[in-house]
Amino acid sequence: MTLSKLSFRNMQRSVKDYAIYFFTLVIGVAIFYVFNAIGGQAAMMQVSSSRNDIVELLNTTIFGVSILVAIILAFLIVYASRFLMKRRNKEFALYMLLGMGKGKISAMLITETVFIGIGSLLVGLAVGIGLSQLMSALVVNLFEADMSAYRLSISGKALLMTIIFFAVMYLIVMLFNSASVSKMKLIDLINSGKKSEKVRLKNPILCVLIFIASALCLGDVYYQVIWNYGQHSQMKIIFFIVLACLATFFVFWSVSGLLLRVVMSVKKSYFKGLNAFTFRQISSKVNTMVFAMTIICLLLFVTICSLTAAFSIRNSLNTNLKNLCPADAEVEMYEAADLEKIYADCGYDIKDGFKEYVNFNTYTDPSLTLEKPLGEHVYEIQSNFKFLDFGVKEEIIKLSDYNDLMSLYGKERQELSEDEYILICDYSFMKEIRDKAMAEGSEITVFGRELKSKYNECLDGFISIGAQHLNIGVYIVPDDVVSEDNINKNYFIGNYAGESRADIEKAEQIQRERKEAVYEYAVAANIFLTFNSKADIYEAATGLGAIVAFLGLYIGLVFLIACGAILALKELSESVDSKSRYEMLRKIGVEEREINRSLFRQTGIFFLIPLLLAIVHSAFGMKFTVQVMETLGTDGMWKSIIITAIIILLIYGGYFLITFFNSKRIIKG
Amino acid sequence: MELLKVVEIEKYYGHRSSLTKAIDDISFKVDKGEFVAIMGASGSGKTTLLNCISTIDNVTAGHIYLEGEDVTSLKGKNLNRFRREKLGFIFQDFNLLDTLTAYENISLALSIQKQPANAIDAAVNKVAQQLGITDVLKKYPYQMSGGQKQRVASARAIVTNPSLILADEPTGALDSKSSKMLLERFEYLNKEYEATIMMVTHDSFSASYAGRVIFIKDGKIYHEISKGEDSRKEFFNKIIDVVTLLGGDLNDAI
Repeated sequence: MTLSKLSFRNMQRSVKDYAIYFFTLVIGVAIFYVFNAIGGQAAMMQVSSSRNDIVELLNTTIFGVSILVAIILAFLIVYASRFLMKRRNKEFALYMLLGMGKGKISAMLITETVFIGIGSLLVGLAVGIGLSQLMSALVVNLFEADMSAYRLSISGKALLMTIIFFAVMYLIVMLFNSASVSKMKLIDLINSGKKSEKVRLKNPILCVLIFIASALCLGDVYYQVIWNYGQHSQMKIIFFIVLACLATFFVFWSVSGLLLRVVMSVKKSYFKGLNAFTFRQISSKVNTMVFAMTIICLLLFVTICSLTAAFSIRNSLNTNLKNLCPADAEVEMYEAADLEKIYADCGYDIKDGFKEYVNFNTYTDPSLTLEKPLGEHVYEIQSNFKFLDFGVKEEIIKLSDYNDLMSLYGKERQELSEDEYILICDYSFMKEIRDKAMAEGSEITVFGRELKSKYNECLDGFISIGAQHLNIGVYIVPDDVVSEDNINKNYFIGNYAGESRADIEKAEQIQRERKEAVYEYAVAANIFLTFNSKADIYEAATGLGAIVAFLGLYIGLVFLIACGAILALKELSESVDSKSRYEMLRKIGVEEREINRSLFRQTGIFFLIPLLLAIVHSAFGMKFTVQVMETLGTDGMWKSIIITAIIILLIYGGYFLITFFNSKRIIKG
Repeated sequence: MELLKVVEIEKYYGHRSSLTKAIDDISFKVDKGEFVAIMGASGSGKTTLLNCISTIDNVTAGHIYLEGEDVTSLKGKNLNRFRREKLGFIFQDFNLLDTLTAYENISLALSIQKQPANAIDAAVNKVAQQLGITDVLKKYPYQMSGGQKQRVASARAIVTNPSLILADEPTGALDSKSSKMLLERFEYLNKEYEATIMMVTHDSFSASYAGRVIFIKDGKIYHEISKGEDSRKEFFNKIIDVVTLLGGDLNDAI
């Protein structure tokens, strides 16, 4: 009997235990692969269609998320392997008694890990490749985006990354196992089955104190992060996150100590039916799982926030596009030159193909820079936009041009008297600060004329078409105020001629061809101009939004599955261990129905405890998420919350039911 | 010839405030080829004594010599070698690996010693014959009766020809017929092959198969009787007398 044969036999024997472990690993491998395959490709696609630094941000985000996912999976795997080790104490004791050295036991465990590792990698990758096809189909469906690029493709990079990551992971597991083997004591191993569990009652006063302290700490973190958001550096935010994690841990620590005492003090219900038994069981589970509970709670919290964010981004994408992109095409030139002339130089008539259009200039006054109207408030911007140049000149538009544009957009026109102006802005962070500054005094000097704001706040609005609320401010002033010497940009915005979809697509095609020629000319002439069409914006926006939403969805689902798996593993192993207790209950005449009810309550409360705190976290965390997600859209928050709740109910609830029914089967014998 | 020498051993549990003396100054000797039973009530320290001799547990004070080697000072590789070559264990709950057949369970002890395959086969078959389990060698533990399982476990313990076989309540989980069969096998191994056996039990019937019985009470040796030329029946009556003398303490054990 060789060592490898022995370990193979061992795996066959404990097929049920190994099944849970193996299943966890397969899920881990599959999820890791799917993420890297789809996430990576999505980022690649974004590179081709987007021109801004969001791409870089996205790559960093994906990298960060995959590290986060790796850490979570690492935790899950180490946890599952430790669970398996514990179940085999007796077996190890026997080996040691027969004179097998610890080195050999470690070697045997390593052989097993290698077997399982290779097996789970193969199965997991196969599942992952299948799943990634399904996932991309889902994404296509959800976001109506052109994501056909990843269908039926196997990502070599993702494959490699998964293999490397899990190889490292299994090495860590081996190290952990070897370390715990070297710490084993024969007498403990032999007695492990017989030893009745120690009931450690924590000091109740200490528990109450720690509970109050951690609750206060959490409250402070909530307050700091939500109401003082924007005033903290990134380091400080990280500090708050760590603090919140610690506080969560101590909440569970103290609750696990208090729970039993509280229930016990209510004698009437404690001694009713199987309640005493039920609560003892729960208390011992929670007691031994404080750390895991903390992790689960935090994962659930991230799940809730990211799922909600993902859905609201998806929802607002569609509404935003309709509102913020009311024209078919826009040409924008950052020079005081005539767009019509440039197109003419290239041999085109810019008006060609347009049913209606506006061609206008915006202006800047060298003396009206961003910091002027904002005054002291300019420094508040610094926390969000570190590199924004406060000396940037404010954009100004003539009232008549603005009203022409609004007629084209089908939006409300404005009126001004001689000494008035209107400030439009739809980027809400900026709007908030501008409103604050305006409340203190709205007088500005434009081209030597004193003007004051018609309204005591900024109006919601924009001039440039886009997909997001990104207008940080444009001044509308009476026509005679501006001096024609100070042209900032020349805009040409219009709608294509033609009613049918095909006509518009044709017009778009023509414009794109022209764009190539015009860009070439512009580069040669050292002029900076951009062409934006509704079609371009839709493509880019759905791409970007879809990826962010995809990330959110993905993280949420991974974490949710991880939570369910950890809880299920623990609960099932507990059921195996307490089988004899249930047999005893049956022997003393407890009805099967009562036993099932006790089991249902145990499983239910066990699943509910981390969820409850996670919901509290989320109630506050969501506010923070809303602020971070501002630019991507946070419309239909309630709808998103409801969808998230349904998803959590389905998956987490599903894990709960599976766990309950399996436990029931286990304790039946 | 002296095989095992236990010298003034003590084993304490707990802290200074609540000290439990599981073993309180015990000394005795066992010669090669002896069959010794250790009797005592629950909590008398008999299993702790066995655990200390078998290197499962450490003594607080004193020394235990097996073939002149001090087992209390063994560590690491030497400890593994010692367990592998000098000791055989039999437990109340058999401790068989349920993935392995009876044959494989027995051969495991030898393959851990790195014995060649053909030697293993011969040794397993021989020991199976001695214990009367040749027919069950291909079966898995769940296909065997309790008595068969215990005889397989015993076969695993003796197949390596250990200097000392230690048995902790080997008949504890067996019915009287299987108990008798197992004990007769122990007697046979002891007589025919001069196997040295040390058995912990609280059952007077089991103890009567031994050549000598050591009684333990509150961590100390209370009494010791030898079979000498007596028949098993006579020896059994003598044991019962001592147990009666021990009074209520062992009543629960009869």
